Amino acid sequence: MAKKKFVVGCFDDEAVLFPAVKKVRTAGYKIHDVYTPFAVHGLDHALGIRETSLHTAGFIYGITGTTTALSGISWILAKDWPLNFGGKPHFALPAWIPITFELTVLFSAVGMVLTFCYLCQIAPFVKKHHFHPRATDDLFVMVIECTDKTNVDDLRSFLHSNGAVETDVQVAETGWWLGRYDKDEMPFETKQAVVA
Amino acid sequence: MHLKYESQLREPLVNGDKNYHQVTEDIVRPIEAKPPRLWYIGFFTAVALLMFGVYSVYRDVTYGIGQWNLNKTIGWGWDITNFVWWVGIGHAGTLISAILLLFRQGWRTGVNRAAEAMTIFAVMCAGQFPIFHMGRVWMAFFVLPYPNTRGPLWVNFNSPLLWDVFAISTYFTVSLLFWYSGLIPDFGTIRDRAFTKLRKRLYGIASFGWSGSTKHWQRHESLSLVLAGLSTPLVLSVHTIVSFDFATSVIPGWHTTIFPPYFVAGAIFSGFAMTQTLLLVVRKVFGLQDYITMGHIEAMNKVIVLTGSIVGVAYLTELFMGWYSQNKYEGYTFWYSRAYLFSPYGWSYWGMMACNVLSPQIFWFRKMRRNLFVTFFMSIIVNIGMWFERFVIIVTSLYRDYLPSSWSVYYSPTIWEVGFYAGTFGLFFTCFFLFAKYFPVIAIAEIKYVLKTTGENYKAKMTPIEEQSLEHFAHEQAHH
Repeated sequence: MAKKKFVVGCFDDEAVLFPAVKKVRTAGYKIHDVYTPFAVHGLDHALGIRETSLHTAGFIYGITGTTTALSGISWILAKDWPLNFGGKPHFALPAWIPITFELTVLFSAVGMVLTFCYLCQIAPFVKKHHFHPRATDDLFVMVIECTDKTNVDDLRSFLHSNGAVETDVQVAETGWWLGRYDKDEMPFETKQAVVA
Repeated sequence: MHLKYESQLREPLVNGDKNYHQVTEDIVRPIEAKPPRLWYIGFFTAVALLMFGVYSVYRDVTYGIGQWNLNKTIGWGWDITNFVWWVGIGHAGTLISAILLLFRQGWRTGVNRAAEAMTIFAVMCAGQFPIFHMGRVWMAFFVLPYPNTRGPLWVNFNSPLLWDVFAISTYFTVSLLFWYSGLIPDFGTIRDRAFTKLRKRLYGIASFGWSGSTKHWQRHESLSLVLAGLSTPLVLSVHTIVSFDFATSVIPGWHTTIFPPYFVAGAIFSGFAMTQTLLLVVRKVFGLQDYITMGHIEAMNKVIVLTGSIVGVAYLTELFMGWYSQNKYEGYTFWYSRAYLFSPYGWSYWGMMACNVLSPQIFWFRKMRRNLFVTFFMSIIVNIGMWFERFVIIVTSLYRDYLPSSWSVYYSPTIWEVGFYAGTFGLFFTCFFLFAKYFPVIAIAEIKYVLKTTGENYKAKMTPIEEQSLEHFAHEQAHH
């Protein structure tokens, strides 16, 4: 990942944020992301983000679980070691339904959570740059990516006129790195210094 | 402008003059402050109980479970009673977080986090009993199907006991994932306002580097919804499968098709009672009365009276079938061993009836549902009653088998059986005290999400909306 320059605008009300998002996008700026303290419904559509396919992944994991359970149990009880349980059929499908169901749910849930973590690039010991500490408290933080043509001062006053309570310019790393939150560290900073 | 509107007729779910920041303050304060004296007393009492349990279990492993008073006919006693009891308690959390999410019950947001934590700890306690009942606990891994050098001799997938292994372990895993995925954003909140280095570091690890990105929230919402959809049949399946342990046998008193719904209703019943016990204490000790309101408590009491009555209908149905089937053995179990007050275990049946069916009827009265003392008292009574229920089902069906010479009446647990049970209380409360101190006991992000619809101060501002003409109101709402 690389470092980029961003203009950060903070809003304290989602009712102000929505029209601001619309105006910033119409004005042609590229919104990098909006960081919110909770899930604001409709914000993803306002930002033009497509629907997530996470639930499709969940379905695929689920049927994998179903298949694993049915094929595993039938191979074990009917093929590998057919034991006689009270003269009942070796292929006893109704009796396998509970475990098949449980494995479906298990595979689906575990798979989805892992996929969620992978897609969001979150894991223990992962550290990211956070544009505003109050983005997880009470501020809705809109982060706009700057290009060569962006006039930072214009953009900041544009954000203020649209209800931002605070604006800021930051140069930040957009990816993640392994780090500790009790230490202020910016990765790749030294690397950039060497290049310069 | 309001993004969302909810009728003022509905009771607010968050009381007081709150904004987003105040919500964070209120919920994170107990984590950042030194715990009150009561917390230390409770925590160390729990640890002491846990130690006694550890010693009892150490003895079980060293001397074998012969040190329990199980006998020829009563092969399942306190251990399996306690197992079913704890699993039952572990049902409210997922019910609240999953089923009530699907039914869009707003009041779940205040109580879901603590109830889910309770679920996880209760299932941890439950798991101990069948594992140590195995006797040679070091061979417990034999229940897992893995290719082995004994044949390979596989486990019996047709056995309800193996279904239990899968059901309980799946339930534990999925509940844990559901709980933790909800915690990640809240850990992010604690991390970003932490002022000590250690807290910043540890909550930084726990928060997985959560940033609150819109895309991440979108995925998070999708994840919660699908996990809720998966957990809903899961929670019903778990106690159904536990009931199969009994229902698929041919013991009079167990061989009953009504067991699955009856067990599930009972599980929800006891789970909600335990949630009440814990939350009434938590809201008092940590001053969270604005978030766990009278409305929440009343809603849970309604669930208690409903499920208690379902369980009551199941008891009566069993009695009816005991007579209607004209099966002598069924009749003997239900009408003599259980319902006859002066039979050896009649007291346990009537104790169960009094605690589970009769006493919760008090919650038909609104005044009683909204009375903290009555609620707390009843929550304890219900859990005593539900313990009796499992004891009745297990022991009264076993103590007189088909061979009168092996009948045994005086099954009373040894101190080590009781110690094991007490130890699981220790485990449960140790975990819960740690949770209450170090975790946000209320889902911060979810409260913020519903704040502007159901917060008291926001609701008060909705009067102008409600006073509009009908056409105007309908037009406005159609846009949201």
